[in-house]
Amino acid sequence: MSDGDPQIPETGRGSSGSDRPPPAGGISRRAVLRGGAALGAAALGGAALGLAGQGSQALKPRVEVPHIHGAGGSGPVRDIRPDGFDPTAFATRFDGGIVSRLPDGRTLRQYHFVAVDREIEIAPGIWFPAWTYNGGVPGPTIRCSQGDRIRVRFQNAGSHPHTIHFHGFHPADMDGVFEVVDPGKTFVYEFDAEPYGLHLYHCHTTPLRRHIHKGLYGTFIVDPPGGRPPAREYVMVMNGFDTDFDGENEFYAVNTVAFHYMRHPLEARVGEKVRLYVVNALEFDLINSLHIHGNFFDVYRTGTRLEPNEFTDTVLFCQGERHILELEFRYPGRFMFHAHQSEFAELGWMGFFDVRQG
Amino acid sequence: MSARDRAGIAVGLVVAGVLVGLLAFLLARGVGLERSAPPIEELTFERIELPEPGHVRLHVVNGGVDPVTVHQAIVDDAVWSFTIEPGPTIGRLRSATVDLPYPWVEGEAHHIKLVSRNGVAFETEIAVATETPQATPGWLVRLALLGFYVGVVPVALGLATYPLLARLGRRGIDFLLALTVGLLVFLVIDTMTEALELAAEAAAGFHAPVLVWIVALSTLAGLLAFTAGRRRRGALGPLAVSFFIALGIGLHNLGEGLAIGSALATGAIGLGTFLVVGFTLHNITEGIGIAAPLLRAEPRLRHFVGYALLAGGPAILGCWIGGVVFDPLWAAVFLAMGTGAIAQVIVEVGRLLVADRAGATVDPWRGEVLAGAAVGIAIMYVTALLVPA
Repeated sequence: MSDGDPQIPETGRGSSGSDRPPPAGGISRRAVLRGGAALGAAALGGAALGLAGQGSQALKPRVEVPHIHGAGGSGPVRDIRPDGFDPTAFATRFDGGIVSRLPDGRTLRQYHFVAVDREIEIAPGIWFPAWTYNGGVPGPTIRCSQGDRIRVRFQNAGSHPHTIHFHGFHPADMDGVFEVVDPGKTFVYEFDAEPYGLHLYHCHTTPLRRHIHKGLYGTFIVDPPGGRPPAREYVMVMNGFDTDFDGENEFYAVNTVAFHYMRHPLEARVGEKVRLYVVNALEFDLINSLHIHGNFFDVYRTGTRLEPNEFTDTVLFCQGERHILELEFRYPGRFMFHAHQSEFAELGWMGFFDVRQG
Repeated sequence: MSARDRAGIAVGLVVAGVLVGLLAFLLARGVGLERSAPPIEELTFERIELPEPGHVRLHVVNGGVDPVTVHQAIVDDAVWSFTIEPGPTIGRLRSATVDLPYPWVEGEAHHIKLVSRNGVAFETEIAVATETPQATPGWLVRLALLGFYVGVVPVALGLATYPLLARLGRRGIDFLLALTVGLLVFLVIDTMTEALELAAEAAAGFHAPVLVWIVALSTLAGLLAFTAGRRRRGALGPLAVSFFIALGIGLHNLGEGLAIGSALATGAIGLGTFLVVGFTLHNITEGIGIAAPLLRAEPRLRHFVGYALLAGGPAILGCWIGGVVFDPLWAAVFLAMGTGAIAQVIVEVGRLLVADRAGATVDPWRGEVLAGAAVGIAIMYVTALLVPA
């Protein structure tokens, strides 16, 4: 979707940003180091220094800390396994389902969701026993247009009963609350996609907090009639993981992997419209936030209106709240984005935009 | 070889064979109770050092059943880079050193978590951050002086009361001997408590509390056997009793030195003049305890000097060890040895109280003995209030 093409890719043909240069290998570690040094005065700037030392040694059993003295050292050691969930690909992967026409001419989008238990890597070397939709956390990003018919065949291959509760208009028996799907069972959700906006879906089986926190959530985007203006689009699902089950998150992130976009910045171009679909799926902590450095953005609350509600550089999210943000970068370089709760940021919820001249 | 011998050997072989077979079977097949869930992980922080500004060093031990792999570190709610030697996976009862380039703040508290591969967070705290003294000559001299003040000086002062004590009559001497018993009883309880406290800090896999009891009882049994042998040869006079008191108190003071040295090194206590005075008063009584049996002998100056060094000198050694490389397990073992040694001395001094100079048995439950023991314990308790717990 990097070229702003409003057409929604179908399942299995989703754009994963393959037209862009590979994000990981192309960036000089020295550049990261310089970027960090430039930010040195900023509270979070030291993070980059720590990353610089370890990135090139990814996957080795141990790493050298380059400077015992000085402000460097924040951030994780190593990188995640390259064969697991890739947050970079996830951010640009929109799933339009299997598309067909209904007799009345409307679009029918069919999805197949399978709940599976799976251990996922949520920070380099740290594994979490997740419950997932289709093997990933967050689940697939559903994308459709207002008025499309959505049909989700949900198969529970997990070890506990689950459901899918979609935000949006739908009948009571499609709400994912009363029809609990036991392991081995299947249920078909069917409804019209309304209203347009940025929504989410999640499991609504009790105990709720555990079912959601373990990973059963995802993004549900309903485009307005005619679509939104072309833009480079990214999905950001803010989440956290209580790895020792003490009722507090040990790690925070957007799109699951702590600090991922510090190591693999999201790309943007000067003067180009960037649209962020930001969903707060965090548990345990009541609020979350997003702040972007060196910029201001339009906030479309829940994405349900085409006029922005606010022009700001920091926006607050309650649990389950989500906003569409639109911005343009004026300058090239590295711009940080992170939760303005410093604790969340330093526990993984921060990243970079790598902005280049168009 | 008789028929009974052969039968005995046969039974022994059968038992050994069954045991080997059973172990082989269990190792090959398992006991059927293996966990499919993630392993139960355990990690103990043995020592935290702040060697220099911007540097935190942790010494950790895996006291659990399964290996622990440390993949991330979190300091004050921020993920922080680190190195771990010899590697991130720590085997059972193995230790590792973690270095964090963290800008700690003088005088403030810091919280550290090490997160394992399975997401288990092992937490520890730096209560008051202060640079850990390195083993420089200056620091060693300061520690030695401290050990000298709290160990050698008070014991020597206590011993120096000998000329005064020598004027006492029989009842006065018995009072002092009983006072010695009282102070030793206090020290046995105090030393054992401290040993068990330290044992609780050591990694669980070492079963340190059991080890403490075994070491204490073995020391007691060994010393009792040793002194019994000397007594049979008639070589255990009051001088020897004083020697053993000095030895036991020396081991106790080694533990005290360890505690003081490590507390200073980690910034847990700021040892002011008042506290040094407290330790000194507390330990003067120990000197009197060593001197008491000498009232029944003809000691020379070298005895006084030797006993003062034997009882007080280990405090210096303890301060050095505690101030440079403190290890709770070894400290607990030293203290357990001290406990056994002191318990043995109680037996020896008790013998002096139940026998008169001629060797005839006398009733130990005399007024001066009961009063002496009570006063001894009371003095130790009251002066203990002057020193940090």
